Amino acid sequence: MYRYDQYDQTMVDTRVAEFRDQTRRRIEGHLTEDQFKPLRLQNGLYLQLHAYMLRVAVPYGTLNSAQMHMLATIADKYDRGYGHFTTRQNIQYNWIKLEDAPDILADLATVEMHAIQTSGNCIRNISSDHYAGAAADEVTDPRPYAELLRQWSSFHPEFLALPRKFKIAVIASETDRAAMKLHDIGIRIVKNESGELGAAFYVGGGMGRTPMIAPLVREFVPLDQLITYSEACLRVYNRYGRRDNKYKARIKILVHELGLDEYRRQVEDEFAQLQGQDIEPPLAELERIGEYFRDPPFTVGLPEEIDRSDPDFALWVDRNTHAHKQPGYVAVTISLKPVGGIPGDATAAQIHLMADLAREYSFDECRVTHAQNIVLAHVEKQRLHELWSKLDEAGLGTANLDLIGDIIACPGLDYCSLANARSIPVAQKISQRFAENGKDGVLGELKLKISGCINACGHHHAGHIGILGVDKKGTENYQLLLGGCEGDDTSLGKITGPGFDEDGIVNAVETATDVYLRERADGERFLDTYRRIGMEPFKEALYG
Amino acid sequence: MKILTGNDLKDGRVTWWDGQNWSIHIEDAVDVGEEAAAILAREEAARRVNSSYAIDAEPDPSGHGVRPAHIKDRIRALGPTVRPDLTLKPADPEARNWVI
Amino acid sequence: MVDLAGTTDNVQFRFRDDEPVDHGAVTVDAFLDQSNAAAVRIEPGDDARKLLPHLERVKLVEVNFPAFTDGRGYSSARILREAGYQGELRAVGDVLVDQLSHFRRCGFDSFAPDQPLNEEDAQRAFATWPQVYQAAADDRAPIWALRHGRKA
Repeated sequence: MYRYDQYDQTMVDTRVAEFRDQTRRRIEGHLTEDQFKPLRLQNGLYLQLHAYMLRVAVPYGTLNSAQMHMLATIADKYDRGYGHFTTRQNIQYNWIKLEDAPDILADLATVEMHAIQTSGNCIRNISSDHYAGAAADEVTDPRPYAELLRQWSSFHPEFLALPRKFKIAVIASETDRAAMKLHDIGIRIVKNESGELGAAFYVGGGMGRTPMIAPLVREFVPLDQLITYSEACLRVYNRYGRRDNKYKARIKILVHELGLDEYRRQVEDEFAQLQGQDIEPPLAELERIGEYFRDPPFTVGLPEEIDRSDPDFALWVDRNTHAHKQPGYVAVTISLKPVGGIPGDATAAQIHLMADLAREYSFDECRVTHAQNIVLAHVEKQRLHELWSKLDEAGLGTANLDLIGDIIACPGLDYCSLANARSIPVAQKISQRFAENGKDGVLGELKLKISGCINACGHHHAGHIGILGVDKKGTENYQLLLGGCEGDDTSLGKITGPGFDEDGIVNAVETATDVYLRERADGERFLDTYRRIGMEPFKEALYG
Repeated sequence: MKILTGNDLKDGRVTWWDGQNWSIHIEDAVDVGEEAAAILAREEAARRVNSSYAIDAEPDPSGHGVRPAHIKDRIRALGPTVRPDLTLKPADPEARNWVI
Repeated sequence: MVDLAGTTDNVQFRFRDDEPVDHGAVTVDAFLDQSNAAAVRIEPGDDARKLLPHLERVKLVEVNFPAFTDGRGYSSARILREAGYQGELRAVGDVLVDQLSHFRRCGFDSFAPDQPLNEEDAQRAFATWPQVYQAAADDRAPIWALRHGRKA
C-alpha cells in the first residue's frame, strides 16, 4: 500500500499545526462557531449528540497493522474504548473533546493518517473496492488512481467551499463492489480496444432526499488527462451547483437540471480551457504510486483444499471468503455484525487483534468495506482454520457476509444529531429475530440497510430491503423499502406504504422475507424474486 | 416550560442551564420562561456554552427535575440507549425507559 | 455609471508594487457597457469569462465573497489568471484569516476584508503551506513536479 514520502508527511504535519492553531483561536474566542465550523468539519470533527465526533480518513479503505493499532490506541486514549466503521470506509469516534482533537491528529500523523476533508463542503474520502488487488476480475488495482485523486483533492484551493459535500469512488472491474454509481463521481478504470487503460466517468449519483443513479458522462478519459478532466467536472459544479437550497446542492441536482448533454458539454468546454495549464501530473507520478500496489509476495503452489470437518468453520468459509486471483488464497471478511450487536462497532481490543491478524495472515494489510466489515484480502487457504479460530474467540467470526444478519446501519438517533429515529435497536432486533427463527441461514443473499434519516448514511435506498427512520409527529417511525441494489444493476428501493413503529418494522421485515420464501424460484435471491413478482404481493402481505 | 441546552465548547459534553451555570445533569435544568434568547446570547458570547438552544420540557413524572419533550434531547440528557454502560446512569435499569 | 464604493481604503494586504487603482469598481454589466472603466467587481453569480475579451484594459478585478462559504469566487479568480490576466485581483467581503492561503493560490494578490484581520494570524496563514499538492494559479510547483525533477 501507499507509503508517505517527505512531502506527504509535511502536508499532514502542516495540517495538524494549522488545526491546532485554529482550535486555540476558537477556544480563546478569536473565531466564532460559524467561522470555526467549516474548519473543524474539514478536519473531520462534528459536534454531535453526546460530544464531538471525529471521523478519521481511511483512504480507499486500506490500512496496515500499525495504523489499525493506532486506531485502537486512540479509542482507549481519547474515547471510550471503541470505534465505529462507516459506510464510506472510514472510522468514527463518538466521545471526543475539542481540546484533544489536535493531539489526536498529531498521533494519527505519526502513522501516516489524518482526518482531512472527511466532512465539510469539499471533496471527501475517496472510496474503492474492498477486494482491490485480490479480485480476479479487475483490469488493474484501482487504488493508485484513488491515491492520485486523494492528493489532488487534498487542500485543493478552488474546491474547499463547494455547494455541498463531494464523494468519489474508484473501481476497476465490471462488477461494481463500491456502489460507484451512487457517488457524485464514480470512476471505473477500463481498457479500450487498443488495450490502453483509461477512466469511465459517471457523474451525478447519490442518495439522500433525491436519490439518483449517476449517468455515464465520458466513456474514456486517458490516464494522462485524469486530473484535468476531474478538475473540469468539479469546476463546473463549483460555479453552477445550487447554493440557494441545501437539499438541492449536490451535483446530482445540477446534472439533472442541466440535463446530461448540457452538463457534459460544459465539462468538455472547461476541459478544453484547462488544457495547456500544466495541471496534469506526469504519468510517472501514477507509475510511482502504482509501485506501492504491486502484488504482495504470494507463495506459489499452495494447497487449494480446505479441511471442512468442523461444520461451523465450513459455514464460515462458504459465506465469508471470496475467490482470489492467486491460487491457494482467498479474501476473508471479518464480520462486525454479531447477532444482536451494533453494526460496524469494534472494541479497541478487537481492533488491536485485527491489526495483528492483518500482519500475520494478510501481508500486513486490511480493508474497511462500505458494508462496515473488515477484509483481509490475501489469506492462504491452508491457514484459514487457524485464522477463523482466533476470530471466533474474539466475537469476530460471525458467518453472515451479505446475509440478512449482515446489516448496514448508520448510528442513528442514539448518536447523531441529524437523525429522526434510532437505527441501531432496529438492527439489533432484526438480527436477533432472524437468528432465533433460523431464517437467517435460509434466506441467502439479502442486503438490509437502515438509515435513521433521509441523509441516507445507511444507504437504505440501495438495500434489497431498506429501512428509513422518520419523525411521525414527534415519535419514531420506520418506512420499509424493497428492491434497492448498489451493484452493476443499480436500482433504488421503493417504499411499500405506510410506516411502522419499532416492533412493527421488525415484523414487516419478517413478513417480506416470508413472501420471498413462499414465492422464490430456484436460485433466486430476495432481490431477484422481488424484481420478478413486483411490489404487489409484498404490499398485500404487509397491509392486507 | 423552556429549558436551555448546548455542549461544552472544550469537551463537547451536553449541558443544561441550571440558572447560574451549565450542568451535565438534566435534573438541574431550570425553566427560563421568556429569557431564553438573552441568556443564550450572553452565555455563547462568553463561551461558556456552544451550539446552544431552547427546548420544551415538562416537569418529570417522578417529581424530580424535568423531562425534555423530544426523544432526541432525552437521549442527549442520558446517553445512547444501546450502550447503557456509556450513559450518565449506567447502573439504573429504569434510565432507558425514561428516554423512550 | 454605477460606481461602487472603492475598496482600496480597506485593503489590508497587497502583494503588488504598482499603484492601486484610485476609483471604484463597476459591475460586470456596467463594465461591458463602458470602454473607459478599468476596475470591475465580480459577484458570485457572474461569469468571469465575460471579461476575457477586455482584459487588456482591466487594472483591478474585485471578487466579492458575500459569505466565505460561497466558493465561486475561487473559480472566477483562477479563470482570470489562466486567461493571462496580470492586473490586481482583490478578494473583498467576508475574507477571513483561514482562507488566505487558498485565496493566494487561486491568484488573489490583494485583500479588502469587511472586518480587519489580525496581522499576526494573517501572516501566519499566508505562510501555512511549505508544499502544495496541486497546480493552481500561483507559481508554486506542486509536489508531483518536485518528485519528478522540477525545481521548486
